[in-house]
Amino acid sequence: MGIFENIISPAALDSLIKFGIDVGIILIKIVVVLGVALLHVAYATYFERKVIGHMQVRLGPMRVGPHGLLQPFADGLKLFFKEDVMPSEADKPVFYLSPIIFMAAAMTSLSFIPYTGNFMIADVNVGLLFLFAMSGLGVYGIFMSGWSSNSKYAFIGGLRSTAQVISYEIAMGLSLVGVMIMAGSLNLSDIVKAQENSTFGIFAIPQIIGFIVFVIAAVAETNRTPFDLPEAESELVAGYFTEYSGFRFALFFLGEYIGMLIMASLCTICFLGGWTIPWYITKILPFLSYVPGIVWFLIKVYAFIFFYYWIRATVPRYRYDQLMGIGWKILIPVALANILVTGLVKILW
Amino acid sequence: MEQVEKIFETRELNVNMGPQHPATHGVLRLVLDVDGEKIVKVTPYVGYLHRGMEKLGESLSYFQALPLTDRMDYVSAMSNNIGYVVAVEKLFGIEAPERAKFIRTIVGEMSRISNHLLWLATHALDIGAMTVFLYCFREREWILELFEMICGARLTVTYPRIGGVRNDISQEFLDSLYKFTEEFPSRILEYETLIDQNRIWLQRTKGIGVISAEEAINWGLTGPTLRGSGVRYDIRKHIPYDAYDKVDFDVPIGTEGDTYDRYRCRMIEMRQSNNILRQCIEILPPGPVMADAPKFTLQPKDIMMPVTHPTKEHAFFIEEKTCKGCGMCLRACPAKAIFGEKKKPHKIKQELCLSCANCYVACKFKALKIIPGGKGLSDEKLAEMAASAAIAEEIKKATELLVEQFTFIKKGPRVPEGELYVATEVPKGELGFYFVSDGSGKPYRMRLRSPSFVHASVLPRLCDGHLVADVIANIGTIDIVLGECDR
Repeated sequence: MGIFENIISPAALDSLIKFGIDVGIILIKIVVVLGVALLHVAYATYFERKVIGHMQVRLGPMRVGPHGLLQPFADGLKLFFKEDVMPSEADKPVFYLSPIIFMAAAMTSLSFIPYTGNFMIADVNVGLLFLFAMSGLGVYGIFMSGWSSNSKYAFIGGLRSTAQVISYEIAMGLSLVGVMIMAGSLNLSDIVKAQENSTFGIFAIPQIIGFIVFVIAAVAETNRTPFDLPEAESELVAGYFTEYSGFRFALFFLGEYIGMLIMASLCTICFLGGWTIPWYITKILPFLSYVPGIVWFLIKVYAFIFFYYWIRATVPRYRYDQLMGIGWKILIPVALANILVTGLVKILW
Repeated sequence: MEQVEKIFETRELNVNMGPQHPATHGVLRLVLDVDGEKIVKVTPYVGYLHRGMEKLGESLSYFQALPLTDRMDYVSAMSNNIGYVVAVEKLFGIEAPERAKFIRTIVGEMSRISNHLLWLATHALDIGAMTVFLYCFREREWILELFEMICGARLTVTYPRIGGVRNDISQEFLDSLYKFTEEFPSRILEYETLIDQNRIWLQRTKGIGVISAEEAINWGLTGPTLRGSGVRYDIRKHIPYDAYDKVDFDVPIGTEGDTYDRYRCRMIEMRQSNNILRQCIEILPPGPVMADAPKFTLQPKDIMMPVTHPTKEHAFFIEEKTCKGCGMCLRACPAKAIFGEKKKPHKIKQELCLSCANCYVACKFKALKIIPGGKGLSDEKLAEMAASAAIAEEIKKATELLVEQFTFIKKGPRVPEGELYVATEVPKGELGFYFVSDGSGKPYRMRLRSPSFVHASVLPRLCDGHLVADVIANIGTIDIVLGECDR
């Protein structure tokens, strides 16, 4: 103790220890969230294959483990042992870097999501903006991979994806402005709390237009059917990650599924009331208030993810110009009108 | 300034689509010149699956060339077989019996349905509707199982024969087929709920790959690809072959000549085929299934059966005096029906015998005798029959006939000299066979008019002014199979 006292005052030491504990807690939280998220991705693929399989009168994975439950691990293991192929004359550093950027951007977003009232890694006041920034950053990964692969399919896929993500990000951002106006905050937990106290319990009802715009934009943002043009397998083989194999491919894959998780979480938080349930439901069925918030959160997230799978099994794919047309000519004007109406209502009430 | 312009000149991106590409339906290679997403030029390259079938046909007799036609359009092998046999029958101047004609109509229409199902499946998958793909495969599987029921093969069937069909169809098959025709219209509705009025599907297919009736005829399009443009041309109606003049069906046509109209045409065609199937099942007359023209058709197999394909009625017997007890038959028997000590004559337990003829093949001393109709008889009786001259004569005759058939198939029949072109309506369009005969058993020249080849040539025209994604829709809509295109 004596040595420390000479260097540092007891008060400073106290705060240092406090700081250390804080960092420790954050690290533990990061480990928990990452572990859960990676497991989630593993089983989201399984869930997807099962759901779509049953929709398409198939069984889905059945071989590895009971009902194919170990399939995700088999897939992961396979990807680990695959040869890491790189096309000749590919831009090596960029080629290596892009999946990491893509993955890192997706992973970082995970830290801003309030899973329950008191479990989040970082409670930032501009959480919503930060999520947008991160998903915007992910585009660099896509674009760089398309650019560096020295493959025309990947190049076109990268271009398509960049244009698509950027234009739909605008629609998505605008669709959430209504929520921001209603909640009066960009802090994600504050948005949830604002919903808890609102008349309808969730923002999806008063912000129904914003909600629809958001859902469409979220599907496009994560490159899923019917907006999966960047990786349209019948046109571009696999789009921007055509030339990737083995673990680098797995990184893109992980990033994409984490992206889906984030979009589902964002939808849950901004429109469906996050970890809370509307007050009128607890009034009718009071015992539901004993269910922990994380359960509600997960139910909502998985319902949204199921919706993703559902449309994937149902609809064909849009063409590039039609996709752009929807984004710019329909979604953005509608979202802008929604902002206007929400703003007027907010002022008048 | 000029210098700068020279450095930064822009040019089209040259994309090589295929020959290995998920949406080119085989090994079609398209070289696309694209300006961003816009197509500037499309150049199809064919020939990656060329197997020289026309040349092969010249060195094979008419009987031997039949299995080649399966390998052309492997998606509707049955129709290709029928096209070939109808053409050859006309060349030979023979006609299949009524029942065979109806059976060929049935299998031809089944093949049309299965082809259109595969077309719809892949077309929808290319446009992104994944579920339709698997729904269609479910019904296609059903049809393939029905094919298996008739002839044992699913894909490359070689079921029709010159002068008829290989074997008669069973009542069991007809019942299952009837069940299929009852169920199928509701299944078509299932596909249509997913895509028919789907907004995205309409946007992706309406106004894409438009071709006018006049232009379509000039390009030589046939089949649904032509009828989508509003031309009522169907060989089944205009130059009826098989039993098409005895059944009642409509030929659907489109109005706009776009991808959606061609899609509608094929969907209605499936329903029409279903109707034809039902009518055929009802009318199906009794009678033989092979024409009575021994100079041009193959002999029924059952005469040679004892030697080639022993049936359950054939008993096998080991002649005691010739059997050396080597044990070869004992080891060859899958049912363990043969017993006996080494170096002593073996015996067959008749009740265990499967009549598989493995022992007959294995025996080196000709001690094994085939006894037609000997199943269930006692050993003494069999020994008596084995020694009788009549049985030996029968076996000898069958063997001789087998040799005769072999040379007949190898050399071919004596064909009248001349040349002719006969076309049939296969699911993809007009499949024509052009034969030049010099009187020998092999064609002097066999030329195929394959619809896929003609349709592949129209691709650049269809893709004019469209986007990259429309190329895929256009490949789907012309319904090509590269096996037939490259031959």
